Amino acid sequence: MKAWCATVVLLLVASGAFGIDSGDDFADPILQARYERLIHDLRCLVCQNESIADSNAGLAADLRREVREMLRAGKSDAQILSFMTDRYGDFVLFRPPFVARTWVLWLAPALLLGVGAWIAVRIVRQRDRLARADADDSDLDSGPA
Amino acid sequence: MSRYVLPLGGLAVLVVFLFFGLHREPSAIPSPLIGKPAPQFALPSVGDPARQVTNATYRGRMYVLNVWGTWCVGCREEHTALLAISRTNVVPVVGLNWKDDRPLAIQWLNELGNPYVECGFDADGRVAIDWGVYGAPETFLIDANGVVIHKHIAPLTEEIWQRDFLPRIRAAGGSPQ
Amino acid sequence: MIPELGHFALILALCLAIAQSVFGLIGAYRRQPEWMAVARPAVAGQFVFVALAFGCLAASFVANDFSVSYVALNSNSALPTFYRVAAVWGAHEGSLLLWILVLATWSLAVAALSRSLPDTFIARVLGVLGVISTGFMTFTLATSNPFTRLLPPALDGNDLNPLLQDFALAVHPPILYTGYVGFAVAFSFACAAMLEGRLDQAWARWTRPWTIVAWMFLTIGIALGSWWAYYELGWGGWWFWDPVENASFMPWLAGTALIHSLAVTEKRGLFRSWTLLLAIFAFSLSLLGTFLVRSGVLISVHAFATDPARGVFVLTFLTMCIGGALSLYAWRAPKLGSSAGFELWSRESFLLFNNVLLVIAAALILLGTLYPLFIDGLDLGKISVGPPYFRAVFLVPMLPLLALAGVGMHASWKRARLGGLKRPLLVGLVVAFALALASALWFFGRVTVLATVGLTAGLWIIYSALREPISRLRKRQSLSAAVLGMSIAHFGVGVFTIGVAGVEAYKIEKDVALRPGQSVNIAGYDFAFRELRNVEGPNYSAIEGEFEVTRNGLLVRVLQPQKRVYRVQTMPMTEAAITVGWTRDLFVALGDQLGNDAWSVRIQYKPLIRYVWLGALFMAFGGLVAATDRRYRSVRVTEPLPAGSTARDAA
Repeated sequence: MKAWCATVVLLLVASGAFGIDSGDDFADPILQARYERLIHDLRCLVCQNESIADSNAGLAADLRREVREMLRAGKSDAQILSFMTDRYGDFVLFRPPFVARTWVLWLAPALLLGVGAWIAVRIVRQRDRLARADADDSDLDSGPA
Repeated sequence: MSRYVLPLGGLAVLVVFLFFGLHREPSAIPSPLIGKPAPQFALPSVGDPARQVTNATYRGRMYVLNVWGTWCVGCREEHTALLAISRTNVVPVVGLNWKDDRPLAIQWLNELGNPYVECGFDADGRVAIDWGVYGAPETFLIDANGVVIHKHIAPLTEEIWQRDFLPRIRAAGGSPQ
Repeated sequence: MIPELGHFALILALCLAIAQSVFGLIGAYRRQPEWMAVARPAVAGQFVFVALAFGCLAASFVANDFSVSYVALNSNSALPTFYRVAAVWGAHEGSLLLWILVLATWSLAVAALSRSLPDTFIARVLGVLGVISTGFMTFTLATSNPFTRLLPPALDGNDLNPLLQDFALAVHPPILYTGYVGFAVAFSFACAAMLEGRLDQAWARWTRPWTIVAWMFLTIGIALGSWWAYYELGWGGWWFWDPVENASFMPWLAGTALIHSLAVTEKRGLFRSWTLLLAIFAFSLSLLGTFLVRSGVLISVHAFATDPARGVFVLTFLTMCIGGALSLYAWRAPKLGSSAGFELWSRESFLLFNNVLLVIAAALILLGTLYPLFIDGLDLGKISVGPPYFRAVFLVPMLPLLALAGVGMHASWKRARLGGLKRPLLVGLVVAFALALASALWFFGRVTVLATVGLTAGLWIIYSALREPISRLRKRQSLSAAVLGMSIAHFGVGVFTIGVAGVEAYKIEKDVALRPGQSVNIAGYDFAFRELRNVEGPNYSAIEGEFEVTRNGLLVRVLQPQKRVYRVQTMPMTEAAITVGWTRDLFVALGDQLGNDAWSVRIQYKPLIRYVWLGALFMAFGGLVAATDRRYRSVRVTEPLPAGSTARDAA
């Protein structure tokens, strides 16, 4: 129990890194978590395929600063993201918005899973019927093939 | 029988999209500012920090905003063209010096020539972010109502000026100052 | 002289590939033994000349022949010899030649190791491989000739991209290509079967070892790429859902489904048309990946220099190849029905679910990767689909798959007969859950849903995978290579899952500004920035930081991350310093110089990350073991079961 508490405390303390002025950390872990999520969701437009969290570009650092300031000013995630899309378009979002043109994208997992399940069930039912119809089938080996 | 042809159909659709995709530029991002009011800014001038450069000055007039920096290779490329364009005096060319070194910028303008009627110094990049700038050089065309009507990314040339900017200037009724 | 020799050798190889295709396919169609007999020697000859061409290109690199344009663009006299050889495949033209060499090697292997296969069949297989070779060689000679001269020759080269000047460049592409391209063999086997109009269990038995070995190389290749990106790119990430990474992952998913589907076809003659389709898909996804990387259609860190003209060529070839195969499929597949049955809970149904889920996963990744292209093509604007999307979406088919794998391994054919196993597996699940919770709390101090699910699943699969081999060894029963291989591979899946769950849930990444003399504490480790100094490398200058890492006062390691500037390309590059451990990695990278002597330093704590790659290696090793199973090596039509074996033994 003690070790657990110590670890928890240590981790909470560790998340407040020191140094001159990293500017990267919020005292409030919820804000910090929101910050980290946001900077991983925004694309760095200078570097190919990096988020502004990962990118070393000057613009990425500037945008991270903007996100930080907006969080401190109490803006919501949606407001921060629309700040970015107002200036750079939807292209800056790594997590595509859920709008008409991306319905297919976001609904695909459920749709495909549904279709896949339907196909699988159909096949299994059919084969199951065939298996039971085979009254005198030999006892086939099990085990891997 | 029909379901066995489905994969072939899927391939056809895919290939069509890929073929058209070949002739697109995936990294050219259109500006969401087009058709919207230009972001307001008030910056110290590059040459004289006491002086302010603001787009309030251009209310009622068309102007061009050019984003540049001495660290930007493409800006060096377009500089001669920019000088020529500004000399034609069709619309004022306002400069936005993006995250640059002030002395170097002043030296650049002195040595290579100053195409700008005035040039703002964006030290921390906030104004550039407001304009959706992601890579210098970028050039914006703003009409007399303060609406952004065109954005050009990459070095400007006289050919592009004549092809993309002049027709829009004429259409919006822009005339020499 | 040597480049011209290489060029000429490639042209000769093309002629031989054409001969291989024509004589192989038409000879089989007309059942002319003399024609079919041309195929094997043509393959051998093609291999010799391709190897010669490749050797000439390599020689040009080693000799610093800057009169060859490709060498001048990708090498430099200060480049260490080791990298000069690896630089051969550092850019588009040379990597294509590598592709062709790998295909020629696979073709040679197929020609040499299939003496027992019927003549018409093998002639068709080699013929199809020849068609693919022809396509790629034509593409290379017409649009991407690595031997074009640069006159007057450059005084020195442009140097290899510093990001590529690493040991991993020597191994990642060749191994990855061996996997990628290896699916061409399964593809050719499928096409040959469709051309013959015959697809039976023997076909599945012939195809399986080739597919497993290709899959094994692809697994290792992808793992190497991930590991390389982790330490080279300075961000500490191990998978970015980058379009090129996805391009190699999709064939892997299809290949995994194919291996499992072949099991059913081999054992019970079922899923035949589906297996055919998968074999076509796996290689099609490889071809698609090759297209995506070289055409400029998608933005990626990995993309080669792009050129729409080349893109059109590859796309045309891709369409003809895949279109041809799918047309054959539409023609032959309807006749491949079967009336065998299996029950709702049986090995077959588990493998069916496995396939459905893997294919859904591949389809989702394909959709996400190409969606920006679709939207742009329909003039609906520009969007990005990045890691947040893929991470969320990939779990949807993957979690059920993990759950099914733990049980499916033990299911019998036709009727699962899991009765006796229900309790042990359930108990195992509960124990795994308890262990997962306990270790999360003990080692990391906090619990997240995904981490717990991942750790539980991983531990449970490990338990499930080891049950069968251990019980057999205990009872001194025989353990076939197939069973052992499968267990090892699934064990690898469990290890991989634990690694992913651990690192994603509990990693800590911090960017801090530090001056020499300052220190920071992260995850219980103290990182003290001791000093900064300049160092010189063979072809670069660097600023090196020295960090002393201690824990509770005891020295763990001294880390020396560098910020390099390569002299020729003057590109600054971050060389991270990593200390590796059984339970965690510690990662330090230098960022930018801030004012006042301070530097921005990225420090990361990555628990369990080594298990990500270790898991992949186990998967690959399992595949290797499975491919050596006795039944793939012997020629006999039927193999009697060894006396005394139980029903579970026979593969």
